[in-house]
Amino acid sequence: MKSTPSHVRKPETPLLAGLPGPWTAIAVALVLAIYPLIMSSLGEEFYISVGSRVLILALAASALNLALGYGGMISLGHAAFLGAGGYGVAILAKYGVIAAWVAIPAAVGLAAFAALVIGVISLRTRGVYFIMITLAFAQLFYYLAVSLPEFGGDDGLPLSSRSAIPGLSLESDLAFYYFVLFTAGLAFVLLYRLVASRFGRALVAIRENERRMAAIGYPVFRLKLMAFVLSGGLAGLAGALLANLSLGVTPHTLTWHQSGLLMVMVIIGGSGYFWGGITGAAIFLLLEETISTQTEHWNLILGVLLLFIVLVAPNGVMSLRERIIAARRPPSPAHAKAASEENAR
Amino acid sequence: MSHTILQVENLVKRFGGLMATDHCNLEVRAGEIHALIGPNGAGKTTLLAQLCGELAPDSGRILFEGRDITRLPIHKRVGAGIVRSFQITTLLPKLTVRENLALAVQARTGHSFDFLGTVADESDLDEGAEDAARRVGLIDVMEQIVSTLSHGKQRALELGMALACKPRLLLLDEPMAGTDPEESKRMGELIHSLRDEHTLILVEHDMDAVFRLADRVSVLVAGAVIATDTPEQIRNNPQVISAYLGDDESAGPEAVQ
Amino acid sequence: MFYLIIEQALNGLQYGLMLFLLAAGLTLVFGIMDLINLAHGSLYMIGAFLAAAFYQAFQSFFPALLLAIIATALIGAILERVLYRRLQRMSHLSQVLATFALILIANETIKIIFGAQPLMIGMPASLSGPLELVSDELYYPAYRMLIIVVGLAVALGLHLLVNRTRIGMWMRAGASNPEMAAVMGVRIKPLFTFVFALGAALCALAGALLGPLLAVSVGMGESILIPAFEVIVIGGIGSMRGALVGSLLVGMIDTLGRLLLTVGLKLVVDSATAATLGPTLASMMVSVLMVCVLFFRPQGLFPARG
Repeated sequence: MKSTPSHVRKPETPLLAGLPGPWTAIAVALVLAIYPLIMSSLGEEFYISVGSRVLILALAASALNLALGYGGMISLGHAAFLGAGGYGVAILAKYGVIAAWVAIPAAVGLAAFAALVIGVISLRTRGVYFIMITLAFAQLFYYLAVSLPEFGGDDGLPLSSRSAIPGLSLESDLAFYYFVLFTAGLAFVLLYRLVASRFGRALVAIRENERRMAAIGYPVFRLKLMAFVLSGGLAGLAGALLANLSLGVTPHTLTWHQSGLLMVMVIIGGSGYFWGGITGAAIFLLLEETISTQTEHWNLILGVLLLFIVLVAPNGVMSLRERIIAARRPPSPAHAKAASEENAR
Repeated sequence: MSHTILQVENLVKRFGGLMATDHCNLEVRAGEIHALIGPNGAGKTTLLAQLCGELAPDSGRILFEGRDITRLPIHKRVGAGIVRSFQITTLLPKLTVRENLALAVQARTGHSFDFLGTVADESDLDEGAEDAARRVGLIDVMEQIVSTLSHGKQRALELGMALACKPRLLLLDEPMAGTDPEESKRMGELIHSLRDEHTLILVEHDMDAVFRLADRVSVLVAGAVIATDTPEQIRNNPQVISAYLGDDESAGPEAVQ
Repeated sequence: MFYLIIEQALNGLQYGLMLFLLAAGLTLVFGIMDLINLAHGSLYMIGAFLAAAFYQAFQSFFPALLLAIIATALIGAILERVLYRRLQRMSHLSQVLATFALILIANETIKIIFGAQPLMIGMPASLSGPLELVSDELYYPAYRMLIIVVGLAVALGLHLLVNRTRIGMWMRAGASNPEMAAVMGVRIKPLFTFVFALGAALCALAGALLGPLLAVSVGMGESILIPAFEVIVIGGIGSMRGALVGSLLVGMIDTLGRLLLTVGLKLVVDSATAATLGPTLASMMVSVLMVCVLFFRPQGLFPARG
């Protein structure tokens, strides 16, 4: 802000919460780029596809984070979009369309369209009703997938081969990893631009006070719908990649348990923080990977952990950084006042 | 005499069996401060909500500059120039004053569906925000988080948010609510200074302020306007006096909330 | 065909009444405490497992049923005291996550204690035969009839509790105006505990009664949770009458719809396809109904809040 004297530190507000600087982003990209090379030199090829999985779910969680964290829309139905993307790719493949540049955009389009339909209806409701209606819609998709033989019923649809790119085979885990990194990378750049744009700013402000934003002239419904559709489309992209990774899609992708897990990832990382979805998915999958090799009761540990997070650190891992910074910094008068008011309550 | 900027014709709003707005007629002239008074429960807030578009009337029409806006959504009315402020301070408390005002400017300048440009250093938003801040006397606290401001300053920001939208018709819902006498006096001066550029509808319980500031006063009783006149005439209007005396919570000149 | 429809209608009534036992507790918790409890289905599962365990211990149905109800009500009361009371002050998102966590914990704990194999509860021998409703034409299992009778009795009992007692008056006040109820202050906290324990007891009743018909298994809570949610949204959150009507509606659509859709579809597609398509379409119809209700009557069919 040009008119602010440089010695006045601009307070960090939800509008700019946790937006990464360019160096952090470049460093993360570099690490991700050399990660499979390190793994293959260590002879741990298995971890390359684990890496793909982390990236894909990081994208899915970040997509949900756009609606949930930035937009304040508590959707318990994002599995529907993940599934729409997956089924989109699988159905097209069934009819012989495997060209990536056709299949993946089509899958994303399908998911975005589903989000548009669900959003138009759901966003008229508030609070618990919104949670319930998104859940019901996802359940509808689940029933649809289970019942239609066209979609493979309970068994789902297998994918005979991964989506094809001219001149490049994605069948090897390494090639596929880079394909995922490239695609998800583009999506993350898009997400970053979204949340740092005027649109993202308006979205966060709507989350903070919808009535005020309407009163100063924002088309609140349309903005939220747009965010919901973008979120659904990006989740669809993750679903398309996931189907490619696991060479098929099953109705399990569409269960509300899956929606819940995506939400858990966002919360572990920190909802409304740019790195929230990414960190959350990474931590979640790493924990799952390590703990489920030790014990079969991973879900019990996850449940306890989740309960702990909700009760103790409801803003997730990304907020810890701020807390540490806040604890180190001598409180400014304004902060001290806010803190004392909080204590008084 | 200036032209009519806002015309309300036979407006009706029911809540179940209750007639909150009962064939209400109102005419506001460009450039005036038009006060809207009435006993508690007379339907002032409901009327205001219909003027700004938060509530849809059951029947009747609202004309703004001769154009029928009865069915227009809130954001389009703001675009046309009708902006409200809230009785209970409705701000973005976790953001700074600058961010609050910049959001209001952004709404006016559009591009909220501009997904890709970053906002961090957009000077037009800043200029608009500083402009509004200067008018309401908040330029020195631009970087403060709103929740740390005093109540009086939050009331000023409430008004500043509306001003940053560059309204032609400003609907002020009890701008003095909860302010101390000093803040109230300053708010009165502020409102007075707005009259050159804006038309104002002022809903206010502080009768002193109303009679000092208003060019004309409309009295709302049981959802209908029973009289519209100059403050002097309203004070002596027998209908108005009986309407107020008939009400226990009479808002006489002393009844400052 | 006619008697087949009657029989299915009775099944629908029976399923609807069991849904009502869950929905009644859920809608009260929702309405009075403004709390989303995804783990309500877990109480149903816990009740069923406890009933199965007690049944194995005593080899007798009704004592097992009673003990399971008491134990589950106690668990409900403890959960309310320890956890839900804190959650009530938190955001809906926190409530969703915390109760999702409870589902995971409950499922896994049950798995640890009882193993992954489904358990069976034996039917009381006196009720295992069929009941002759229309001589030589319509038989209906006596045990299912018992479920219907118990369900109707509970519905009546709840109606009297809500409309004729002081506690019921508080409950209605709480559902129609939570802020006002909170202002009432002193008695609201024990009321919450009571409502929660009551909800848990009804869950256990449903779980134990259905035990002999379904297998008692991990995950049974989730499969009934979604219909129970749909019921309370259709009926109107916080409304006991809405929960009853919604339950019966959902029960009938699901059961009769299944039959009629399967029969109807056989006219269009081959019978194997119809047999798989019918039931899922019936389930979808319930979801569609809920979406329609939310769209046209967002407060549900019988809103508790005026």
